[in-house]
Amino acid sequence: MGSQGGFGQSKEFLDLIKSIGEARSKAEEDRIVLHEIETLKRRITEPDIPKRKMKEYIIRLVYIEMLGHDAAFGYIHAVKMTHDDSLLLKRTGYLAVTLFLNEDHDLIILIVNTIQKDLKSDNFLVVCAALNAVCRLINEETIPAVLPQVVELLGHSKEAVRKKAVMALHRFHQRSPSSVSHLVSNFRKRLCDNDPGVMGATLCPLFDLVSVDVSTYKDLVVSFVSILKQVAERRLPKAYDYHQMPAPFIQIKLLKILALLGNGDKQASGQMYTVVGDIMRKSDTTSNIGNAILYECICCVASIFPNTKLLEAAADAISKFLKSDSHNLKYMGIDALGRLIKISPDIAEQHQLAVIDCLEDPDDTLKRKTFELLYKMTKSSNVEVIVDRMIEYMININDNHYKTDIASRCVELAEQFAPSNHWFIQTMNKVFEHAGDLVNIKVAHNLMRLIAEGFGEDDDTADSQLRSSAVDSYLRIVGEPKLPSAFLQVICWVLGEYGTADGKYSASYITGKLCDVAEAHSSDDTVKAYAVTALMKIYSFEIAAGRQVDVLPECQSLIEDLSASSSTDLQQRAYELQAVIRLDAQALENILPLDASCEDIEVDKGLSFLNSYVQQSLENGAQPYIPESARSGVLNISNLRSHDQHETSGHALRFEAYELPKPAMPTITPASILPSTELVPVPEPSYMREIHQTPAVPSSSHSGSAELKLRLDGVQKKWGKPTYSSPVQSTSNSDSQKTNNGAAQPEASGSIKQKARDVSHDVKRQEVEVPSEKQRLAASLFGGAFKSEKRQPAAGNRGAPKANNNSTENSHITKGATSSEPTTVKTTPTQPPPDLLDFGESTVTSSAPSMDPFMQLEGLVDVTQDGSAVNSGSVASKASDFMSLYGEMSGSVPSNLVDPLSTDSIVVNTSSDLLNASNNFDHGASVVAQPPQSTNKGPNLKDALQKDALVRQMGVTPTNQNPNLFRDLLG
Amino acid sequence: MIPISRNNKNSGHLFPLIQRQILSPPLIIIIPSSKMIHFVLLISRQGKVRLTKWYSPYSQKERSKVIRELSSLILTRAPRLCNFVEWRGFKVVYKRYASLYFCMCINQDDNELEVLEIIHHYVEILDRYFGSVCELDLIFNFHKAYFILDEILIAGELQESSKKTVARLVAAQDSLVEAAKEQANSVSFIISQATK
Repeated sequence: MGSQGGFGQSKEFLDLIKSIGEARSKAEEDRIVLHEIETLKRRITEPDIPKRKMKEYIIRLVYIEMLGHDAAFGYIHAVKMTHDDSLLLKRTGYLAVTLFLNEDHDLIILIVNTIQKDLKSDNFLVVCAALNAVCRLINEETIPAVLPQVVELLGHSKEAVRKKAVMALHRFHQRSPSSVSHLVSNFRKRLCDNDPGVMGATLCPLFDLVSVDVSTYKDLVVSFVSILKQVAERRLPKAYDYHQMPAPFIQIKLLKILALLGNGDKQASGQMYTVVGDIMRKSDTTSNIGNAILYECICCVASIFPNTKLLEAAADAISKFLKSDSHNLKYMGIDALGRLIKISPDIAEQHQLAVIDCLEDPDDTLKRKTFELLYKMTKSSNVEVIVDRMIEYMININDNHYKTDIASRCVELAEQFAPSNHWFIQTMNKVFEHAGDLVNIKVAHNLMRLIAEGFGEDDDTADSQLRSSAVDSYLRIVGEPKLPSAFLQVICWVLGEYGTADGKYSASYITGKLCDVAEAHSSDDTVKAYAVTALMKIYSFEIAAGRQVDVLPECQSLIEDLSASSSTDLQQRAYELQAVIRLDAQALENILPLDASCEDIEVDKGLSFLNSYVQQSLENGAQPYIPESARSGVLNISNLRSHDQHETSGHALRFEAYELPKPAMPTITPASILPSTELVPVPEPSYMREIHQTPAVPSSSHSGSAELKLRLDGVQKKWGKPTYSSPVQSTSNSDSQKTNNGAAQPEASGSIKQKARDVSHDVKRQEVEVPSEKQRLAASLFGGAFKSEKRQPAAGNRGAPKANNNSTENSHITKGATSSEPTTVKTTPTQPPPDLLDFGESTVTSSAPSMDPFMQLEGLVDVTQDGSAVNSGSVASKASDFMSLYGEMSGSVPSNLVDPLSTDSIVVNTSSDLLNASNNFDHGASVVAQPPQSTNKGPNLKDALQKDALVRQMGVTPTNQNPNLFRDLLG
Repeated sequence: MIPISRNNKNSGHLFPLIQRQILSPPLIIIIPSSKMIHFVLLISRQGKVRLTKWYSPYSQKERSKVIRELSSLILTRAPRLCNFVEWRGFKVVYKRYASLYFCMCINQDDNELEVLEIIHHYVEILDRYFGSVCELDLIFNFHKAYFILDEILIAGELQESSKKTVARLVAAQDSLVEAAKEQANSVSFIISQATK
């Protein structure tokens, strides 16, 4: 067959193809195609076109469609062609419609009838052509029309038809599982088909079915294993050999299915070991397909119940992949390593160099894959190196999709394993700076929270150092152009809250910066809102401190601008700011207390503080509260509510969800407006309900004291949510924020209703949190049980916050621990021998800046235990981490079965216990750790992964650098 | 908005439960489908499209975009690098034969080497069919290439891994076509040529 025109196309068509082939540019090509479209449009509607000619037109349509142009005008002709009696034309027609039409196209209904007819044809080629179309075109609605015939074809005498019928059923199953759920047994039957092609095709639907529901297919394990065995023993016809491998594609499919079936099932896995082992041994590593099978075997081994021998074989295979010159194999090796590392964490260390090589490789694909691997093996000891690398890479790529991906990974790792808060903030700054618009806004909120809360120790100097360093770094950064909005929000908030806290910067300097931000980002209302609120805070801190405030001219003009802003939110903030700076120091201290964002709130669930008020009202003749359910008539609250809803919906331009309740009046003026503020219900139904449910809030409460309430309202607005994004989160946040500041001072009954709302909301939130709280406790109690060996510092630390967080149960422990903490910190570092103390962290930190690959290795793969670089200067808390680690290890190393962390961290240990434990471990280490590297590293990796998995499962993020565990141990 | 803490000032537990949800995997899976191959693309070294087969629904606009993105991604890659590229949460496996790139788009967790061999399997069948296939064969007989592809892949899954079976089926179809063509040659072809 000649390459040109072998199939009888007209010269015209050949010329078209040639001219397109010779086109120099896309524009020229487009011109030719457009001309062709015109020609075809004209020609195709001519009457009495010979069928042969028509076929060519259809192929030409396919051609222009392939080149990316719209051939919709000809679709109907392709549909018509499927009706033709001649197979030649029918086949072309089917080819064209399968290429043209998606399964939701209107024209499909015209084809269904033809398909039905063709499925009954006695020519199997016609049936095949129809089945091809079925796979592509039949949608959920039209499945019933062809389903009976397709099922019938499963028993067709021609294997080609049976095979396509199986694939069609598979397709139906993908489209709408319910439509074929009663036919699933047919797949099992076809698995025993005489023809290997049909059997091979059946594996596709079975794979899907198994992945959805493993348990009902466990009985097939034997069949799959025996098929795989036969395939591997070359029992299939030679025709299925591919590059001297027996039916490799079928083998791979079977291995995939077995991986699913054997996952977590010891018994099922036991049946597979032999055959998988055989295949791995026999596999031909010189051919690509041999490696494909080998890779699939590794995936299978990593998925099924672990078997030492197979794991060893898999590790060998991986090292062959990694040592290969082929990038493809290296890539597969890295991927396989990522899979196997979950089961045998120590295998990574053997391949440190190879992994580093891949990371340095110019090939982006390989690099990204390696980052994925690193992400999987991150733990607190190597997080700095890994995240730094990731950020460095992130900065230099343009692919937003991947940038988002890697940025959120950085954030995730940083949050999970951050060795210090300072590092965390620096890292977050970098991430925000370069990918701020791509990461989730909540990440920004977390960052603010971290800065506000600090280390979580009662170490105020450290906290304020952290804040000052944050302020410093933000003041440096803030002038840079093109900062992402989320980052600017963080900057504004932090500057407002802590800008003047350490006295290093003057109020006018900070306010100047804030004004610059607001001006530079005049199109971003959220940032402006943050900036104004920050200004307000700075000013009121100044006034409260008794200093004279002079508003910079640029601030003045900014405020004036904003009070005429089209955003009511900004307007309100501007007016509030103006009102606030006129107040006296005493008032401001109450409204905006310094550094009150972290104040704890006592939640009085029963609202008992209202009792006297209620009593008094009742005595004065007020109506007793009737629960909503018991009410018959429409009360005026609900009237108000509907009225209010109507009002809110009147703001036609607002698309965002519920906002905080806000008084209608933008300014804060004395009592006259108060009732209205009071009465405006929250435009959120659930809110209302809760107000109703709280028995202590009578509907008459709006007679409450005017002044105090007013003040609180003001506070609420000032501190209220400055942005419209993520409404749910922000509502609760600002709510409690409000309470934070308001409730810090004991308020009189005036704030009752306000509080009631907050409280009810808080209560709601708390209830939501309870289950996960429990889960966390459970994890801290039993999390250790999953682990067969030791834990690593971060994991240990994680246990502590869990225990602590459940404050009702564990508070006494915590308290006890807190009191004994100072001694611990002092004594512990001296106890274990220094070389054991150096558990990687110090080496990592020191290695980070240098580019020596070996040093980096240590960071990445955690080669520790070289006693050389003892950094005794490392912070005491670090040391305590190690200690806690050893404490846990000591229990687990000898038994190797159960990790007694749970008992260690919850049940109080005496300090002597701990010391004993560490001593024990010294002996244990010398005996057990042969070679010490692997024993120490491996479990750490494994723990990191397990922890990660657990974390995902629980929805909890552990934090590092938490000394509480230690307190518990010694408490 | 503003960070708050509820009774955890002292616990050191810095991050809320919610943040787990934020950090859910950022992959954007365009089509939630278990199918293995999302599309097949043949592009020449100059970026000209030689064949496209879409197993997942893409609009014509999306198709052009995909082709544009992938050709700039793949054609610029140096030799001897991986035959895989990550692209929008998927992986594209490609292989170059002479001046032609065969690309297949698969899911993240599929076996790339296998797909690489599926490509090769297809090329071998084309080779057998056309007899030492070259790009020109595919340019002028792209519909043949489609027919063959339909015998190998169906709905994005490998349906037949035996070269012989595929070849036999395609030949059976062609023999009917040839018969029909003779018929056509006799009457309509002559007419069409005459009326041209």
